[in-house]
Amino acid sequence: MKPAPFKYIAASSLDHALSLKAEYGDEARFLAGGQSLIPAMNFRLARPSVLIDINGLKDVAGVDQTSGEGVRVGALTRYRDLERDSRFLASCPLFADALPHIAHPQIRNRGTIGGNLSHADPASELPALAVAMEGRMRLKSSAGGREVAASEFFQGLLTTDLGVDEMLVEIAFPEPAPRTGTCFMEVARRRGDFALAGVAAILTLDAEGRCARARLALCGVGETPVDASEALSSFVGQRCTDGAIETAAAEVRKMIAPSGNVHGTADYQRHIAGVLTQRALTIAHQRASHGA
Amino acid sequence: MAPDRHDIELSVNSVSYRRGVESRTLLSDFLRHDLLLAGTHVGCEHGVCGACTVLLDGAPVRSCLMFAVQANGHELSTVEGLATPAGELHPVQQAMHDHHGLQCGYCTPGILMTMTAFLKENTQPSEDEVREALSGNLCRCTGYQNIVDAMLAAAQAMRAARP
Repeated sequence: MKPAPFKYIAASSLDHALSLKAEYGDEARFLAGGQSLIPAMNFRLARPSVLIDINGLKDVAGVDQTSGEGVRVGALTRYRDLERDSRFLASCPLFADALPHIAHPQIRNRGTIGGNLSHADPASELPALAVAMEGRMRLKSSAGGREVAASEFFQGLLTTDLGVDEMLVEIAFPEPAPRTGTCFMEVARRRGDFALAGVAAILTLDAEGRCARARLALCGVGETPVDASEALSSFVGQRCTDGAIETAAAEVRKMIAPSGNVHGTADYQRHIAGVLTQRALTIAHQRASHGA
Repeated sequence: MAPDRHDIELSVNSVSYRRGVESRTLLSDFLRHDLLLAGTHVGCEHGVCGACTVLLDGAPVRSCLMFAVQANGHELSTVEGLATPAGELHPVQQAMHDHHGLQCGYCTPGILMTMTAFLKENTQPSEDEVREALSGNLCRCTGYQNIVDAMLAAAQAMRAARP
């Protein structure tokens, strides 16, 4: 339970970190919160020969809501800072629902949003949030930068679109439209455990109270976060009746292919995903209607 | 490969230390083996049990999920710093004693560090909030009830002691 030897370099700037990554390539990993990487190193499931510590890079931490480009969250922003940022939570209320489900306070004091998304654990909450909220992932390398939609960023189990020399430096979320309600829910065996299934729902109503736009993404039920927004296509333009929500939940159950694990069978996960879809849509609809 | 070593300077319980460490040394092992502060316990070494919880600049973290080299320039608090030098227990320690909040005691240092930080921030927690705050610390002896009782009593004692 001790990590294999490695060379430790504390990056002095973002450019320094990126040039080190360009130099060492696959052998190097960025060290942010380390709450997934260090356990993997303790188990020797991961044996990077170089760790580039980016914890000193203050310019990739923090939330900026003043740039006119939506809500920009620096990759090194820790979960705990997001939990305590009331302005951020007001703009991104899905985070208010989801953050308490991420592990435990001690982990949330260290773990970062960029580390979480780059790790791309499909059972984790934030990749599903990024997909549901249509986040834009900003990647940088010493050769330049690019932007990728969250839906294209997550490519497989623990696999993202990040190139070997790139770092996820920022995630930009669109400001929510008026009359939008959101809800995140999950079921895990114990508080803080990975979810058997989790659902992030976003509903925007038109002035007449009909559904103008609907987004739905799930965690824990596939190799990547699952964008199930198509399951809601039937009630865009309609009123969000209990019947319409039930139909959407049935669609979601059909759409997903969970693999089952020691904590629950695939059928059980599918069942839970359906129940959570129904409940999350109902609450998102209430919040959209009441401006809560 | 020659060991990758770094000189670090940090403060633990308000005492400054300068040491050379290998980069792969976990903070938990550094505290126990290099500083001989063995009050910080090591349970699972992958961030699940909470026994190794210490305060990093006042915030509870898992010391098994940090490298000692990362603590360079930071302030740590461990269970050794809770009681006064004269031996007077911290209110959270006293309450754990009074309420029989430990049996084997292995998880206790982590629980004390987690909860002293929590009670500083939330001076009037509900039972549910105490249980939520405790969720990252496993205890296999007590069934938690006496720990919860102790924390509610400690919160009260800490409120009463405030001027």
